[in-house]
Amino acid sequence: MGLLKIDKEKCLGCGACIDACPYGALDLVDDVVVVNEKCTACGACIDACPVMALLIPRLSGGDAERLSAYRGVWVWIEQFHGRMCEVSAEMLGQGRRLADTRGTALTACVLGRNVEHIAGEAVSYGADHVFLADDPLFESYRTIPYAGTLLGLVREHMPEIFLLGASARGRDLAGAMAADLHTGLTADCTGLDIDADTGLLLQTRPAFGGNIMATILCRDYRPQMATVRHHVFELPIPDRTRQGQIVRVAPALPEEKVPTRVVGFTEETETVHLANAKVIVAGGRGVGSAAGFEPIRRLADMLGGAVGASRSAVDAGWISYAHQVGQTGRTVRPDLYIACGISGAIQHLAGMKTSRVIVAINKNPDAPIFQVANYGIVGDLFAVIPALIDEFKKRLAVTPGFGAEAAEAVLTRS
Amino acid sequence: MNIIVCLKQVPNTADVRIDPETNTLIREGIPNIVNPFDLYAIEEGVRLREEFGGRVTAISMGPPQAAEALREAMGMGVDEGILLSDRAFAGSDSWATSYTLALAIRKLGACDVVLCGKQAIDGDTGQVGPGIARQLGLTPLTYVFRIHSLDPEAGKIVVERLLEEGRELAEGNLPALLTVVKDINQPRAATLYDLRRSFRVGIRTWKASDLPGADPANLGLSGSPTQVVRIFSPPGRKGSPEIFSGERVEAAASLLADRLLAEHVL
Repeated sequence: MGLLKIDKEKCLGCGACIDACPYGALDLVDDVVVVNEKCTACGACIDACPVMALLIPRLSGGDAERLSAYRGVWVWIEQFHGRMCEVSAEMLGQGRRLADTRGTALTACVLGRNVEHIAGEAVSYGADHVFLADDPLFESYRTIPYAGTLLGLVREHMPEIFLLGASARGRDLAGAMAADLHTGLTADCTGLDIDADTGLLLQTRPAFGGNIMATILCRDYRPQMATVRHHVFELPIPDRTRQGQIVRVAPALPEEKVPTRVVGFTEETETVHLANAKVIVAGGRGVGSAAGFEPIRRLADMLGGAVGASRSAVDAGWISYAHQVGQTGRTVRPDLYIACGISGAIQHLAGMKTSRVIVAINKNPDAPIFQVANYGIVGDLFAVIPALIDEFKKRLAVTPGFGAEAAEAVLTRS
Repeated sequence: MNIIVCLKQVPNTADVRIDPETNTLIREGIPNIVNPFDLYAIEEGVRLREEFGGRVTAISMGPPQAAEALREAMGMGVDEGILLSDRAFAGSDSWATSYTLALAIRKLGACDVVLCGKQAIDGDTGQVGPGIARQLGLTPLTYVFRIHSLDPEAGKIVVERLLEEGRELAEGNLPALLTVVKDINQPRAATLYDLRRSFRVGIRTWKASDLPGADPANLGLSGSPTQVVRIFSPPGRKGSPEIFSGERVEAAASLLADRLLAEHVL
């Protein structure tokens, strides 16, 4: 493909780039590297080359004057039934940090019906300005009226950075807006920073199923849009004394122009409380069967925690998808994560490695899970878990299944 | 009914491992597959045709070998496969991909339903579906896990969408673009009869010059606002773990329980 340029004079034929290429797009022919049609111009090979023989020519820089007209960091505040979603508060925390670095203001966009209180909350989480669109049109999230109204605001006020939570609604909205604005959108960022030299937003995200990390830039288009998953960043502490400016805005289009209607909603009686669990006990391939999850459930119950699972355990049908932790499941950051019979594939680690304390229980001492663990037991989980339950029983003086309250009560007393 | 399914051929990322010595991807023997979420879109498209009649066309953008993915879709009952393959498309990010797919869908004429998987397992962005809908002015209905009803006469579709808090019942006007989640159906296996048909009928290939209205500045790397500037291995956690040998299980469990209580995580 014509994307990657190879300087055949410089190339040593060392093959470092071939090892680095995630797509198998490079081969060695007559001691010189050649690129095939699998190349996606991802750039993984560029850094690997010891003699800088590889280059992806980029377009010339954007019109600096045009780009400098864009200022400020914006966050879309997601809400459900009048409550701000936690991920939006996390975004405000990040937005505040980025706005301070850029020496600019943080703006929150609150859309909904009877959501004025959320505008105030956004200020307490760090917003300087709030655009408040409070209208029956915004009762439930719908792509067309939400995107239409926000696009109007973005075109008028020209923010430099626009952040959203990577929830179902956030991804839906971000995808529609970026398409319309013809700007860059980076999904599921795990790191957001400002490049000291260029002032550009450095967007870092897992790619290739979480096996590699990529840093992405949006040089020539604005706003620079990014989504971030729940629990990736810490929840900031709200400051109720903060003052901010709230500006009311009207919907950009009338109900007749909206092609969708929400006709019902069934809230899931969530049986799996992974997202907010303080303790998660998770099982993987080593659990071996659906019945194998029984000791894991017992330990989770006793510690007042939730049961998690790796993708292999879910794909094997031993436990439902609602339990899945990882790149394609939930991202969690409990105080304690106990991984039982989980080898630690990168896609799993991507969903749990920010947990405060990680315990690994695995037969294989070389399992990668031990590399991210704080504590580990090399052994058979079916022997280790019952022993652990006995030890906790002695220390917490509760019976299995008695629940978190009892354990908590004992701990508070001690 | 005119039904279009968009699909992507991806490396099976579930099989990818990192070589701990060199810290690089071990990609040997990793097969290319149809993006698993797209299989549900193909199945749903074929089911809609079985119920309402009409035609299902599968479209994919990618290198020549992505024709395999389209053949698999035809093996599952899709009527026709169109491959968008051109050097001009290379390096497309999610914006340029949705632009190019939208041009191809427009060329196919009026459609009733466009189906996409909720995301691809190699990029995991979930942005192409919503992008196509916006480019073509189709009603966007994302994260669909059941088509409740569809009335081509009245031009209405009612779907259940899977959101964080539960299931939303939403009604939309046709034509609509649906992105579908895993639970929507059980994709059928390709049949030998249909696979043979895919070889007989063949896969059509469209280049950039076959797409009316394609602006070269919006294609491939030139049309992609985002650029990957660095790729690296995921960072590990700092410090080495304290490992208790499991030879005497009770002793190890006892030590671990003490440590966890001292950490105040219980």
